[in-house]
Amino acid sequence: MSGMLGKKLGMTSIFDENGQMIPCTIIEAGPCYVTQIKTKEKDGYDAVQLGYDEINERLANKPMKGHLRKSGVKPLRLLSEFRSFNGTKLELGAELKVDLFQQGDTVDVTGRSKGRGFQGVVKRHHFGGVGMTTHGQSDRVRAPGSIGGSSYPSRVFKGMRMAGRMGGERVTVKNLTVVKVISDSNILIVKGSVPGAINSYVEIIKQD
Amino acid sequence: MDKLKLIEATQLKSDRPVFGPGDTINVHVRVVEGDKERIQQFQGVVISRRGSGVNSTFTVRKISDGVGVERIFPLHSPRIAKIERVKEGSVRRAKLYYLRKLAAKAVTQKTSA
Repeated sequence: MSGMLGKKLGMTSIFDENGQMIPCTIIEAGPCYVTQIKTKEKDGYDAVQLGYDEINERLANKPMKGHLRKSGVKPLRLLSEFRSFNGTKLELGAELKVDLFQQGDTVDVTGRSKGRGFQGVVKRHHFGGVGMTTHGQSDRVRAPGSIGGSSYPSRVFKGMRMAGRMGGERVTVKNLTVVKVISDSNILIVKGSVPGAINSYVEIIKQD
Repeated sequence: MDKLKLIEATQLKSDRPVFGPGDTINVHVRVVEGDKERIQQFQGVVISRRGSGVNSTFTVRKISDGVGVERIFPLHSPRIAKIERVKEGSVRRAKLYYLRKLAAKAVTQKTSA
């Protein structure tokens, strides 16, 4: 398993060799740097910490600078840990580039989905609503309906799907095909959509 | 956003002629049959153009054996070998969906000046 950090740049269409139009997401992947290697003996678990998105020296705070001094990389905006990142032995300060991926690979992409605010059950859980607007229920078109029994069980079961905050959570989309890799400009193009807004950070994992 | 535009630019075809709704065009489509490739022509009236950049498409309508046939083509599709503009049309609308209800004769009347 290997992976990288990236930034979602947006969606567009690409024509493949058969002239078929494919909906694609453009991701700016890397360059990432290995900023810390955690080991079972020292930290209790194995993990690799990657950093992405270089920032100006002036903007980095002292704890950040101190942490990155060990690996000798420039200040970065985002640090993220990857567990069970086996396979190739990575060295502290090593640079990961987008040519890690090849055309035809399948990758899993994780991001933070767009926040939708407080939403009702029709949008949040795909309820059908009550249905009819006649028979005295014209104001209950998008209502959730019954949420359980009365005297028995005298409570609402845990996990009952109701209205509430939607989105803004960690979402993984699995098995996206890599359509194209442009290593000069660190661009990764995958088929299909990826969670999150434009310019949001994503984690790209390649299973092997 | 700039990088996205650059990637889109590599997909665009520069040899597409200028045409609009009401024009009669002849689209040369590459058709793959088995392992052979040949050109199929589709001539008709452009009734709609939509989208921008790579995602732009156009709709061509023709009457084939008395049956109306419509095809939607992506403008920059590599399957389109050539687009010929056969006749310039003169219409007052961007979308000519009303042509679907008209007879063939009325269509020529509506799309010519």
